[in-house]
Amino acid sequence: MLQEFSIVLDHKDRLLIGLGNTVWIATISTILSTVIGAALAMALMSRHVMLRRAVRVFIDAMRCVPFLLLAYIVYYGLPSLGVRFDNLSAGIASLSLYNAAYMGEILRGAWVSLPKEYAEAGEAYGFHGFKLFHRIIMPSLVLAAVPVLGNQVIQIVKDTAFLTIIAVPELTHEASAIQSMYYVPFGAFVAAIALYWLICRMVEFVVQYTEHLADLRR
Amino acid sequence: MTAEPHLAHRAAPASTERPVIEVRSLWKKFGDLPVLNDISLNVERGKTICVLGPSGSGKSTFLRCLNWLEKPDHGEIFLSGKRIGYREGSDIPMSAKEIAVTRARIGMVFQHFNLWPHLTVLGNIIAAPLHVQHRNRAEIVAEAEALLRKVGLFEKRDVYPAKLSGGQKQRVAIARALAMRPELLLFDEATSALDPELVGEVITVMEDLAKEGMTMVVVTHEMHFAREAADEILFLDRGFVVEHAPPAQFFDNPSSDRVKQFLQRFVR
Repeated sequence: MLQEFSIVLDHKDRLLIGLGNTVWIATISTILSTVIGAALAMALMSRHVMLRRAVRVFIDAMRCVPFLLLAYIVYYGLPSLGVRFDNLSAGIASLSLYNAAYMGEILRGAWVSLPKEYAEAGEAYGFHGFKLFHRIIMPSLVLAAVPVLGNQVIQIVKDTAFLTIIAVPELTHEASAIQSMYYVPFGAFVAAIALYWLICRMVEFVVQYTEHLADLRR
Repeated sequence: MTAEPHLAHRAAPASTERPVIEVRSLWKKFGDLPVLNDISLNVERGKTICVLGPSGSGKSTFLRCLNWLEKPDHGEIFLSGKRIGYREGSDIPMSAKEIAVTRARIGMVFQHFNLWPHLTVLGNIIAAPLHVQHRNRAEIVAEAEALLRKVGLFEKRDVYPAKLSGGQKQRVAIARALAMRPELLLFDEATSALDPELVGEVITVMEDLAKEGMTMVVVTHEMHFAREAADEILFLDRGFVVEHAPPAQFFDNPSSDRVKQFLQRFVR
């Protein structure tokens, strides 16, 4: 068994490349899904009934599709409609869209329970539209929803592992490659799990720090 | 209290003959319930009007119509001669942006302070001047600090509202309103949510503003403030103007029995 780990250690370069890819794919997907999710939340809280319904259909659809199938469809399915992504873009696009649905739902939930006085004071002082959302509502939403948003980020990190099926060179993909080349399944996958755990600890750290900032404001 | 440089522009002679706020025959219903019936009021520059009345009399709704947080069913409101809510000389409603521009000319102080919890005291005060009025940051910060000194809270500039007492929050909220350089200041029961021993510190600031010539419409239950600081009293009951008089007449010689009955509860 120790031998397995020493083989994995010999190929740590590949593992670290995979780790790096996982980190930046998860980071970009987190940013995109938060931005798209914020837009979805705005739409869900909008006065326009048709817009609300359309976004609701999108969110429900996303939540019912297994992520694996979504990634398949974006990478293998869309080309038959003439939309062609490379595997990395396909991976990031499907991760972002999929998690945007959850982010949107989380932010909407926080928004509904946000005291309406904050927004009203904003309106009374001349904030409106996007500026009202950006300056007054969104910061309160993030502070209120940070633990749940953190969970979703961890979900994004773990979902990146699915991208191995469309050959994105992320952590699981690299671990899998090492294990199939040298037949070290235990060592390779345990090493990968340890690295995923490390990423999640870092996310947790950021969440705790943000929680601390939120506590100062409560 | 020292004279603040930023208050100077209010002392300048009015460029227009029109009152700061002019309300003509305001009507409003919530569903089938009439809350405002034919309310009219003129507020001249530098005057303080106190709106009194029992709860449910429509005072707050009236105040909230003045900056269009509530939309009246009928009637017209003019801010320094310009109609609020509708484009000039037409019945086309203002866009959200146009209403926002109008609102930025009116300061409002709420019963529950409504400070933004994610911003520091200073952040609360400079937010609207910075992001709505797009004024110079250094100038706004200097002005905000002068206002904080004025309300006696300069040392709290970097603190979050959650760490302040109710009276301190309300003084910050007043500073936030003043930082907009408003033509008109609205107070919606600004002391009603405060512990009795904290009311005084907020009333003092309000009295100073009245003396300095700020134009204010104040919904309040503080009879002492109304008697000392108001130029006129508007008494509402069930959405009707029951009495509209100078404070001396209102308190000492009211014409309506309803007002007499109301005032009896406040006689010490």
